[in-house]
Amino acid sequence: MAAIKLSKINKSYGTVHILKDVSLEIKSGEFMIFVGPSGCGKSTLLRSICGLENISSGVLEIDNAVVNEVPPSKRGIAMVFQSYALYPHMSVYENISFALENQGLPRDEIKKKVEKVGELLQLTPYLTRLPKALSGGQRQRVAIGRAIVRGAKVFLFDEPLSNLDAALRVQTRMEIAKLKRDMPNTTMVYVTHDQVEAMTLADRICVLDQGRIAQVGTPMELYDRPANVFVAGFIGSPKMNFIAGEFAKNHKCTTFGIRPEHLTIAKSKGAIKGVVDYSEILGSDSFLYVETEHGLLTAREIGKTTVKNGETVWLTPDPKLVHRFDETGKRID
Amino acid sequence: MWQSIKLEPSRFVLHFAVLLIVAIWTFPTAGLLVSSLRDKDLIATSGWWTALSTTDRSAQGRMAAADKQTSKDGKFEISGNIFDGTEVSGLVRAFGLKVQNPSEFAVDTTATFDDGKTLLVKADGSYVFTSPVAFEGDRGQRLFYITSQPPKFTTENYSTVLFSEGIGRAFINSLTVTIPATIIPILFAAFAAYALAWMKLPGRGFIIAVIVGLLVVPLQMSLIPLLKIYNASGFLSKTYLGIWLAHTGFGLPFAIYLLRSYIAGLPRDLIESAQVDGANDFKIFLRIVLPLCFPALASFAIFQFLWVWNDLLVAIVFLGSGEEQLVLTGKLNGLLGSRGGNWEILTASAFVTIIVPLTVFFALQRYFVRGLLAGSVKGG
Repeated sequence: MAAIKLSKINKSYGTVHILKDVSLEIKSGEFMIFVGPSGCGKSTLLRSICGLENISSGVLEIDNAVVNEVPPSKRGIAMVFQSYALYPHMSVYENISFALENQGLPRDEIKKKVEKVGELLQLTPYLTRLPKALSGGQRQRVAIGRAIVRGAKVFLFDEPLSNLDAALRVQTRMEIAKLKRDMPNTTMVYVTHDQVEAMTLADRICVLDQGRIAQVGTPMELYDRPANVFVAGFIGSPKMNFIAGEFAKNHKCTTFGIRPEHLTIAKSKGAIKGVVDYSEILGSDSFLYVETEHGLLTAREIGKTTVKNGETVWLTPDPKLVHRFDETGKRID
Repeated sequence: MWQSIKLEPSRFVLHFAVLLIVAIWTFPTAGLLVSSLRDKDLIATSGWWTALSTTDRSAQGRMAAADKQTSKDGKFEISGNIFDGTEVSGLVRAFGLKVQNPSEFAVDTTATFDDGKTLLVKADGSYVFTSPVAFEGDRGQRLFYITSQPPKFTTENYSTVLFSEGIGRAFINSLTVTIPATIIPILFAAFAAYALAWMKLPGRGFIIAVIVGLLVVPLQMSLIPLLKIYNASGFLSKTYLGIWLAHTGFGLPFAIYLLRSYIAGLPRDLIESAQVDGANDFKIFLRIVLPLCFPALASFAIFQFLWVWNDLLVAIVFLGSGEEQLVLTGKLNGLLGSRGGNWEILTASAFVTIIVPLTVFFALQRYFVRGLLAGSVKGG
């Protein structure tokens, strides 16, 4: 049980201002995911919570206690690193037991705990092996095991899936989701640049843009009601279409946004006329890239499209699902 | 398949260069080893590359005197073995009775002389000398002969230099200097390298810069001031402790530099993970960093060991020249003066001197190569 509260956190390296006035409350037992493009400060924010980076100003509280100056090991947190950071010269058993050893626990208690974690993560046959003799997925499990064995109240994940291949990534993503289900009281903070991971795993997502929080909300809130142009463009794949200029003005906004899946494609008539430039047919659905007078727009058609490249089509936005943004990029309701 | 066999010019040059280096390195070493194992007379007369072929040697001896003669069928005969009572061995190849022509007759042929005497010499040195008239005189006839010497190797040179020339004692002195002078700087440098790589200290960059600067300070510059300090201290001059500290000091900048670049190249996540796991700096150093930087430690140990082992200058300046303290290089230098003509002594001594560096190099060579790459490849 641990809630994390960030109040006006700033972090700079010399003159480079990485985090700008970040304020955020992560509820106890919540699965919070930080997403954003590279360089947005999401990893720095995670490392600040961990204590590996000192924050320049602001207050960081875990369970209502200010931990600004508390060393990482005393914060009740565990971190799973992007590279797993397994100690290469130690066996799986030693890797998992290292933290307990540092706490000065008696040997038989350590053994009991490590074996329990080994069972939980199906690592029992591998306890005597060195990390180099494990597969990527097994290493990942050892890294998670190291976090579990300490009984930490907060788990921090720094892009834990980015070293795995696509198939394993999907599988490990499910394992992490199950892990969260089995440990409902553990707060988890997870950094990723992959929005699919964010959408599927998170209770709430925090989108970061250039060191600032762009929006915090549940995955569906971010999808349905993005607070600004940045979030609208970042969440959703393929990207939302943005139309500026005269067309937007007619809709009483500066930027008009419509997701590809909310554009209806017709061969005879509609709101916007265009020529199909290129199409991607995935089987379950097809994406058409249509050259129009408002620029290149993406539209999704369910199933295999029959429209050929170079054909003229008409696109019509669903009026209930359009997004409108003002000149500062904020959402207009 | 064919592509991999294709002879590229650059590969050819590379292989040729490697071959050349190997040859340049191997030939003198092999020559030294072979020479040191040969008989001292052979070293003086022929090169080491002839060690495996037989060599001719001319010798002379006397056959038995007239009182040993026997009479048989009206002929008088003296027989015996020419090698009896001499140090000469081998196989007789030719013989003669004149000093000018010791190879007049081939072995196993019966030579007949003008006065009716005949002489037969066999390869094993046995001879039969006959005469139609009785032999006279109380000394035997002189026989000149050529023997072919089979290759002969001996460890005698080594026992000579080790036990009677003082190389054995010098060997132990050298080890006494070298082993602590290798271990002490590693102990200091590993701690310093970790601190300079991973601990946040004020002025860390400056300290690193100073250490890199010290790399280029010539050792000779500090000899006199250091000697003054040693003499003033009283207990450091001409002692093993003094030379250990001197070698430690001279080796530290390189040790710290090499180890720091290796330790700084360890993945950051690893160190941070250990921090999150609650390990303090000392524990991180001991449990994580030290085992992982073993290749770098080994490669520095090789460098330092070879340098201290081969050092003459520091040993002469900081250590006495008595029997109890003279190191191998110093002893070898002395031998060059006093036994300059005795090649068997010099070659054996030289080989005793290089046997330790060779062993160290071959035992740790995989770390040697890896250590040279230290820092250039992440994680080594």
